Amino acid sequence: MRYEIDGASRLPIYQQLMRQVREGIARGGLKPGDQLPSVRQMSRDLVVNPNTVARAYAELEREGLVTNRPGRGVFVAEPRGVLADDARRGRLIEAVDRLLTEAVHLGFSEEEVARLVAARSGRFRWNGAKSGGGEQG
Amino acid sequence: MTYAIETDRLTKDYGPRRVVDGLSLRVPTGCVYGFLGRNGAGKSTTIKMLLGMVRPSFGRVRLLGHDLDALPPPARGRIAYLAEGQPLYGWMTVAEASRFARAFHPGRWDGPRLDQILDHFELPARAKVRRLSNGQRASLALALAIAPDPDLLILDDPTLGLDTVARHDFLLSMIHLVQREGRTILFSSHILADVERVADRVGVLVGGTLRVDCPTDRFKQAVGKVVLEFAGPPPAFPPCPGLVQAWEVGRRLELVFVDFGDEQRRAVESLAPLSWDFAALSLEDAFVAYTRGPRRSLPAFDGGPPEAPESDADRGGA
Repeated sequence: MRYEIDGASRLPIYQQLMRQVREGIARGGLKPGDQLPSVRQMSRDLVVNPNTVARAYAELEREGLVTNRPGRGVFVAEPRGVLADDARRGRLIEAVDRLLTEAVHLGFSEEEVARLVAARSGRFRWNGAKSGGGEQG
Repeated sequence: MTYAIETDRLTKDYGPRRVVDGLSLRVPTGCVYGFLGRNGAGKSTTIKMLLGMVRPSFGRVRLLGHDLDALPPPARGRIAYLAEGQPLYGWMTVAEASRFARAFHPGRWDGPRLDQILDHFELPARAKVRRLSNGQRASLALALAIAPDPDLLILDDPTLGLDTVARHDFLLSMIHLVQREGRTILFSSHILADVERVADRVGVLVGGTLRVDCPTDRFKQAVGKVVLEFAGPPPAFPPCPGLVQAWEVGRRLELVFVDFGDEQRRAVESLAPLSWDFAALSLEDAFVAYTRGPRRSLPAFDGGPPEAPESDADRGGA
């Protein structure tokens, strides 16, 4: 897994890093139990302040996506429903609305968007269906 | 919390002109502090006062817990400075420049480490300093600044004139230094992408006054741009706290705010625009938007005292 920082981005660096880890987990590039680079290593690889990397890891841990085993390192956590169903749903709706807004402005039709979502879905690693999984596609 | 650098109402007048105005700067130990400001804002003068090279008209400086006037030699040896333009004697060889610099830091010189850095940058000991490229000279100057393993490193625009690769290596050397616990770095720079990578905190000097002093992310997230669309010529925007600047672009009104919140939202909606939108900015855009505004009305802000670095988190929703 390769990480990179965009200096022109509007997102703070620790959030850019969080997003990449999150995406890595969602796409299966990072699997439960995989070890992330140490803060020290990541800080050198990306040429960013170690505190920034530590902050990204701490926030990811707070979200339950990674676990920090002191003295051993930071590992991708086993998936678990950290958020209540309502909160999960709310967060997803927010993201979907952002996507749809963009799609409307870019002039896509409803069918085109649905097809695109279905096509892209194949590239991700899905959890076994929990509640609400059947709405897909 | 201890401070590696502490100034109290530091002021410098050159004739009738006040270059630095009542600067109370506090850099916590272990912090990498990005010292920002446009040309002529007073950065270099401040840095020279920190090092005792320029005598303040008023105010005090404390470094590593000691008054600058009474800095004991051992403490002096724990401080390294890299001046703007990395001045070195051109007639010296790399080895001679190293011996020369070493004399200023008795007992603290890490020779093997210096050799390792010089080796990494491919700087042969016998090369004449004046025959080095800009990038090599900057690398040598940084290597010499790092060799005494300083507790406090002060750098005045260290990456000026370096190409992308040399800058990258330079930043990496800074990261290596930071990874040793408790090292404090203050550096001025105009390259905001570099600052964001390595600085925990930023200070922005505007017209000799410290207007911003907060965690880097806090500054980036606090400054935002709001665009209002109108059917006709836009109305004037009412006075509002946090407003940095406003300008008209055709039927649009573009505003820059610090901490856009409910009060600002109400002010925007009171003008009944056809639509409006808030956008975050990159650090560079945030800096430009903030420092280009009229000085007097500039809302000063900080992320709370350095004791409470978490304060950016609870205000992160802005």
